[in-house]
Amino acid sequence: MRETELLVVGGGPAGLSAAVEAASHGCEVMVVDSDLALGGQLIKQTHKFFGSESERAGTRGFKIAEILLDELGQLKGKVEVLTNTTAESYYRGDGVVGCMTDEDNYWFVKPKKIVNATGASEKILPFPNNDLPGVYGAGAIQTLMNVYGVVPGKKVLMVGAGNIGLVVSYQLLQAGVDVVGIVEFLPNISGYWVHAAKVRRLGVPVLLKHTITRAIGENKVEGAYIQAVDDNNQLMGEPQKIDCDIICMSVGLSPTVDLLWQAGCKMMYVPELCGYVARRDNQMRTSNADIWAAGDAHGIEEASAAMVEGRIAGLGAAHSLDHVDRVQFGERLGMFWQRLDNLRAGATGEKIRCGVGKCTCQAWEVD
Amino acid sequence: MGWIKEHPVLEFSHKKKVKFVFDGKDLEGYEGEPIAAALHANGVTTYRKTKRMDRDRGFFCAIGKCSSCFMVVDGVPNVRTCVTALKEGMNVETQHGDGQVALLDERKRR
Repeated sequence: MRETELLVVGGGPAGLSAAVEAASHGCEVMVVDSDLALGGQLIKQTHKFFGSESERAGTRGFKIAEILLDELGQLKGKVEVLTNTTAESYYRGDGVVGCMTDEDNYWFVKPKKIVNATGASEKILPFPNNDLPGVYGAGAIQTLMNVYGVVPGKKVLMVGAGNIGLVVSYQLLQAGVDVVGIVEFLPNISGYWVHAAKVRRLGVPVLLKHTITRAIGENKVEGAYIQAVDDNNQLMGEPQKIDCDIICMSVGLSPTVDLLWQAGCKMMYVPELCGYVARRDNQMRTSNADIWAAGDAHGIEEASAAMVEGRIAGLGAAHSLDHVDRVQFGERLGMFWQRLDNLRAGATGEKIRCGVGKCTCQAWEVD
Repeated sequence: MGWIKEHPVLEFSHKKKVKFVFDGKDLEGYEGEPIAAALHANGVTTYRKTKRMDRDRGFFCAIGKCSSCFMVVDGVPNVRTCVTALKEGMNVETQHGDGQVALLDERKRR
């Protein structure tokens, strides 16, 4: 049985930040990630981030991943990284975690503390033929195109005009792929205007109050039908045939919380955070005193916030293991919260603030 | 579909090109990259057929969560090809229906 002080599950923006923070205080850290490469969604982002200077606004996403990996590299003696490794079971009796490396190597680790930074998974819409090859999640397209440099297709219909739909549309155009249009069920574009403006300037039509009703094709996508919806969200008018070979779904994400359920953490459905999330205190600790969570797994938000949450969780775990004294813990916690509050300020952060408020308590009562 | 040749922001640092076999055909892909990505670049969109309805399944989530890209790789069924690295000489086959454990036994005997 392997042992470690802190097991960080997930090597995306939140997990890497947690690992860097904890290891920088002298904590021994093991990071496991189910993917072949670290960096999570960051390595797929070609656009420059917004937010604040301290969260690297103005830097492209994949560059931020490089910076984090560099910081991690400097803490080499303290951090062990295992890729293609999925933490898939938590044994409540003794806090042991079962991990699968590759397709057939199952092993156990007994960590003292855990940060669950497992990210999110993509949602899809129900419509006939939505199982055809060619109907892909936006994140999957990003992986194929921006990580592995594979041309995903020729003509893409994008479903959803949130930030991911807009950003991925732009990324498709960067890769030389035609985006025939973006359909959005809502009467407005929910993503940032700057992202919407970029794709509109390049001539991509954004059809509001439209949805996909069917994918066309025998063995793969050869087209799609889209249709307008009225004020009561009912289909109206005639379906319109779209010529495309890829249907890209960007209709939201759900937090990945399987381990947290297994660990018996108190969970709560919070619509503003897009699903079930763990209740937490102000250091991201769940009701299981050995487990913290951060990033999309703690509620769908942006990578900038995920990185700060990861810092807080890593700090909390390191503090609980006596690697950080009380004064330093308080100071850094306050600083990180200031940064998080800055990111969540204003009208765009209102939904998140409301969601986080519902599931956060000041401190867990110590048994 | 091929690989992206020019990109305004990204530079792709592929490792060496390797040969692999897909359903008896010789194909090429980059070592260490997911099998599913190499297949997609070669224009292969169907990775398995479902048991009851014989529906096509291909690339979907790309993060090893959805089971859409299960294939038989070197005789082993249910391999998540989106998170399994390509190696020289791999034998990749379309999976029909559920993975057959018999295939696994056969591999172990060899």
